Formats: sequence, C-alpha cells, structure tokens
Amino acid sequence: MTNLAPRPTYLDYQATTPVDPRVVEALLPWLTENFGNPHSANHRLGWEAADAVEQARAQVAHLINAEPREVIFTSGATEANNMAIKGAVRFRKQHEERPGIVTLATEHKCVLESAKAMGREGAEVTVLPVEPNGLVDLDRLAAAITERTALVSIMAVNNEIGVIQPLAEIARLCHAQGAWLHSDAAQAAGKIPLDVRALDLDLVSLSSHKLYGPKGIGALFLRRRPRVRLEPLFDGGGQERGQRSGTLAPFLCVGFGAAAAIAEQEMAAESDRLWILHRRLQQRLAEGIAGIVFNGDAERRIPGNLNIAIPGIDAQALLKALPELALSTGSACTSAEVEPSYVLSALGLPDALAAGGLRIGLGRMTTVAEVDLAAERITAAASRLRQAA
Amino acid sequence: MPPLYLDHNATQPLKPAARDALLAALAVTGNASSVHGYGRAQRRLLDQARAQVAALADLPPEGVVFTAGASEANNLALCGLPATAWLVSAVEHPSALAVRPEAQRLPVDADGLVRPADLAAALAALPAPALVVIQAANNETGVVQPLADLAPLVRAAGGWLHVDAVQAAGRLPRALWAAGADSLALSAHKLGGPQGVGALLLARPTPLAPLIAGGGQERRRRAGTEPVALIAGFAAAATAAIADQAGEALRLLALRDLLEAGLRRLAPDCQVFGQAAPRLPNTTAFAVPGVAAETALAALDLAGVAISSGSACSSGKVEPSHVLAAMGVAPELARGALRVSLGWTTTAADVDRFLAVWKDHLTRLKATAA
Repeated sequence: MTNLAPRPTYLDYQATTPVDPRVVEALLPWLTENFGNPHSANHRLGWEAADAVEQARAQVAHLINAEPREVIFTSGATEANNMAIKGAVRFRKQHEERPGIVTLATEHKCVLESAKAMGREGAEVTVLPVEPNGLVDLDRLAAAITERTALVSIMAVNNEIGVIQPLAEIARLCHAQGAWLHSDAAQAAGKIPLDVRALDLDLVSLSSHKLYGPKGIGALFLRRRPRVRLEPLFDGGGQERGQRSGTLAPFLCVGFGAAAAIAEQEMAAESDRLWILHRRLQQRLAEGIAGIVFNGDAERRIPGNLNIAIPGIDAQALLKALPELALSTGSACTSAEVEPSYVLSALGLPDALAAGGLRIGLGRMTTVAEVDLAAERITAAASRLRQAA
Repeated sequence: MPPLYLDHNATQPLKPAARDALLAALAVTGNASSVHGYGRAQRRLLDQARAQVAALADLPPEGVVFTAGASEANNLALCGLPATAWLVSAVEHPSALAVRPEAQRLPVDADGLVRPADLAAALAALPAPALVVIQAANNETGVVQPLADLAPLVRAAGGWLHVDAVQAAGRLPRALWAAGADSLALSAHKLGGPQGVGALLLARPTPLAPLIAGGGQERRRRAGTEPVALIAGFAAAATAAIADQAGEALRLLALRDLLEAGLRRLAPDCQVFGQAAPRLPNTTAFAVPGVAAETALAALDLAGVAISSGSACSSGKVEPSHVLAAMGVAPELARGALRVSLGWTTTAADVDRFLAVWKDHLTRLKATAA
C-alpha cells in the first residue's frame, strides 16, 4: 500500500450506514457454529436458526409497534416496496375493482418504477406533485383518492431532502375511501418514532442497512387487522407465510434485529445529538456561503440530512472540489446519472438550482470535528468556485 | 458430543474463505452506486466478485444478475425471460414449479431422469420459443440430468434452456451443469457461501424484465442496493469451489459409498432412490420399508444427528415428496424417505457415527416390533 492518504470523511448516511460493531458481534455466531437452514424442520440446527429468526422478527416488529407475525423479511426495502405496491395493486385490481395507485413525485425510484410497472398492467397511476417544502398537499391528495384507489404509497421520510410526511393525516384520507396506505420508511425507521398503530399504516417497508445493520435484508410490515392481502412477488417454498419464498439468512435477520433494537433504544438520545450537529453545520454554512438554500421543510424533517443548493455553483464541480468529503448529489441509486435530481425538480427548483443540490448525511459515527471540517471545506470550496467564475 | 450435520443440501456451513471475505467487506461502509471513494471501493469489490461467480460457470461477467437467492433467480428467469410457452420438469424445486401454473410438466422416468424423447415430443407440441427449466441435479435424490443430451434438443427447437444448478455447481464438473445452458440459477449457501444471495447467470444477451424494479443496479435487471459483503462471500465460495471440486467429489463419493454399503448391510431391503442414475457424489435418498421417516428423524435428532426427510423448504409440512411421486415411488415407501447429504465438513468418522446411530434405531424398532 503506497497510498497513505487519509480516508475521506463519510457524510453519506442516507446512501448507506456502516454496520454497527455491536451488530457484527450479534450476527457472528450465525456465520460460524449456528449455520442451519431455518426452514429445515427435521433437526435442532434448523429449529435453532428458526428461533433466532423469530427473535429478530420480534425486534424489528417492536421498533414499529407491530406484531411479529406482521413482519415479512425481504432482501431489502426495494424488494419490500415492489412487493407492497405490485402485490396490493394486483390483488385489489383483480378482487375488489380497485385498480388505482396514488403516489408522490418525490418517492424513491423503486416506488415510482413499481407504480409505472402497474400502469403497464392496466392500473390507474396518479403521481402527485409536492409543495415547495417537499410535503404532500393534503387537499390535492384527498381529491386524488377515490373508491377505485387500491393503494396510496407515500414515504415516511424523503431520502434526498429528509422531510417527514404527515402519515397520520394521510392514513385518515386513505381509509375514508377504503384505500390502503403503504409507506417506504427506509429513511425513517430507527431515526424517528414510527408507530404503525398510532399512524394507522397498512404496509411499511424497512431497510436494515439504513439503520446500521447489514445489507441484503429488509422487511415489509403487512397489517393483519383489518387484513391486508398481497399477490406474492415470487413463488417457491412458501416461506414467510407464503408471502416471500426463499431460504432466509438467519445471520442477516439477527443482524437486522440487533440493529433495530439498538436504534430503538438509542433513538431519543441520538436524535438530540444529531440535531445539535445538524444545526451547527447549517448555521456555519449559512454564515459562510451567501445565498445558500436549504432544501425541504425546515421544521418537519429528520436531523442529519441537509440538502443544500448554492446559487451559481454546480454540485458536480463542488463535489470535485471536495475530495476529502464523501457526499452525494442525491439518491445513490441515481447518482451515477448526471442530471438534476427529480426530487429537487419536484420542489419547483429551477434546473440551475436543482443541479446545485448536494446532500450531506450525518449519522451515528459522525463527530463534531467532522461537522466542523465539512463546514470549513464546503465554505472554502464554494468561495473558490465563485471567485473562479 | 457435537451435533453431526448431514444436511448439506439444505444449507452448507460457511467456508472459511467465504466468511473472511464477507467479514472484511462488512467492515467497510459504502453503497456501490455512490460515486465517492467509499462507493467506488464497493463497486470494485462487486465487479471482482461478479467475475469470480461468472468464472465458476465459465460465462461472461456481464451476464451475472445477483439476486437474494436461487428462488428469486428461478422466479426471475420464469417471469422475466421472453417466452410463449413454458416446459418445467416434474422434479424441479418449488421455486421453479410454482411460478407458471400454465407451464407444461416434463415427466421423469423411474430413475428420476428426463428422457430426451419426452423432451423432443413436448417441444414439438409447443409454440416456440419455449422456456425449458431443468435441474442439473435434484436436491432430494441427487439425480443428475443428462443435460448434454437435452440441451441440443432445446436449441434445435429455438427454445431457451434455464438450468437450476443450485445443487450441482461446485459439486460436479462444469460440463455437467453449465455447458449448453442459456441461463443458470445459483445459490451461494449451497456451495459454502452465505445465505441471502444467489444469481441468475445469462449465457448470452437477452431481454429480461425485472422482478424487482427501481434503481439502475444490475444493469436494470434487479434493483436494490447490492449487498456487497454477501456477494463477496459468494464469490470466495465460488472460487474455492473451482479449486476444490474435483478432489471433493472423489472424497465425498468414497464416503457415500461407505454410507450406502453400511445402509444395505444394516437393512438389506433398504432402497436408494435414483440409484441407477448418475447422482451427485454427496447425496443419498433412501427408505427402508416399514421404517417411518418421522420417528427416524426424531430418534436421529435425539442422538444429535441432523438429516432431512426431503427438501427443507416446505417447512413443517409432512407431505410425500413430489420428486419421488414423479419417479413413481409408492406413497408408503415415499413416506419413509430420508436424505443424507454430505459436505466439506464431513469425515469418515461422521459416516461411521451416523451408521451407528442408524443401527441403534433399527435395532430398537425391531425390538418394539418383536
């Protein structure tokens, strides 16, 4: 190794989070001595693996105040979103004459793509715009939901701009028309309280690797009373109550469960800590960069997600000027494509400003020193780029 | 005494190389789609792993679509590949049998083999292009299909041959499961890699409608953040399998011969299913008339021995195996079917211990009957 340059400071916690060392410790035994197939019904190794999976399921369920049997393990939130949207729309279109799906322009790509796929199967797809602050317009939503609506899919927290959608109010509008509410909570779970009973949610997607668990696992909450029914996305051995076939990986389940338990336990304190870091960073950037814009509602948001735009400065140029920071211009799934973020465009930002969008993600391992370094470097880079222009 | 695991067709213990690769990748963060250094480092790991998994089948890396496992890979093939008709062998895994209810079943003979004449006749009766799904080796009996004879028939009919190579990959020479296949389903945990990851391998470019839509991962064929640690573990297991296959096959075959000789010695009327057909070197599916599988499994479990009554997927359900039914095995005998599957951790002492426990069980049964 000749390259001794220090690693860049990781400020992209919305793309993925490091696996918490406590999570690694919890899953380690399930990689070595306990390796059974949890679906092997014939012997102890299988039963032990099944018990571990059930304990993890209970931990994940507890995080969102669900019953364990309402939690279906998946390979991640993308699969859970596909499963919820395609499964609900296919089922209700066929059995209840409800072919409609309503969603927002700022949803995660996999939600929009799943809705689009349903459109190709004959579903009625409505993609609503959002307010300039990134929040849903409840009047417009109410008007869009009809007795033909199978499902409304609105994320709990946006992955690019961090705003929190008013799920309880949205659920009331949905249920008044008999529509189910699905929420992609990949960015919310473990960060803000998410009580599926209090919010009256029908389907919720979760991701392990966004809350310091391993990649390759997520979950779908599937309400039991009143019962939400889906067409399964794929078939096979009939695992997960027939909803999701395929051998479960106990070590991933255990890791996800441990991550959920840690997040739940530490949520309040960690949220306070992140708000301090968040406000500190925001204040320094606001002081240092004239005209800087902070995208998304200022109040109804999670701490640790700042989406900034600097008039006159292109985000790609800014990123290039900041090799010591690992930041992103938007969702990781689309960041390989160099085009203005569709989320920022949906806020009504002009292309020039949308192209300037930069996401700074803070998380569990972020320190005050890292935040100060980020503020100083971003301010200096912005100033350099402005002088050069 | 430590438990004795003889259920390697359900899942294999993680090989040390796979565990090391997985843990090393788990220790670094990053999303392979991110453009910063953390993301690019993940992308490099992913590209390298893709090449390793492709090398296992000697297919192009760009044809590898990582999935959550083989069930998803089989579903993706059956739902996503263009076809106007589907032909699925009767002994396939449930993940291939359940997907297309309209699919035609391809029968097998008493040894569990697909007969080329049956395939040719079925293809002639179907509109082209047909998607044909045949396992390389069966998970319950270990019977190895004559793909070298079957693949040319599919090609001549303008069809697409999807091979479920889950049990064969890493256990048999590549020529017996990859040659002639247009696509393959692989599972990491069946070859000593981690659970939670598998792949669909495409031998040549083809349209493929994604099952899981979203971001542009896996060339738009499978969305979702790539679980790079799992994939790295899969790749390490694949590389180990390439190196170990020939030697392991001989070693396991010797152990299995020992096992089957012992079974026959202890119960001369013991029947080994698929015995006349080529089989995986590690698998023995057998039944002794009058010996119930349920009680045998319970007795073996008490003695710390883990084997299986068949496929592990339909958990808890006591149903006669669809594989044995397709082979024409009488239901009474099929209900007594047990599967012993050996793997990289199995030793000759393990086989001896199994036979000792089996002998005790048979003796006790005889004593109760007398």
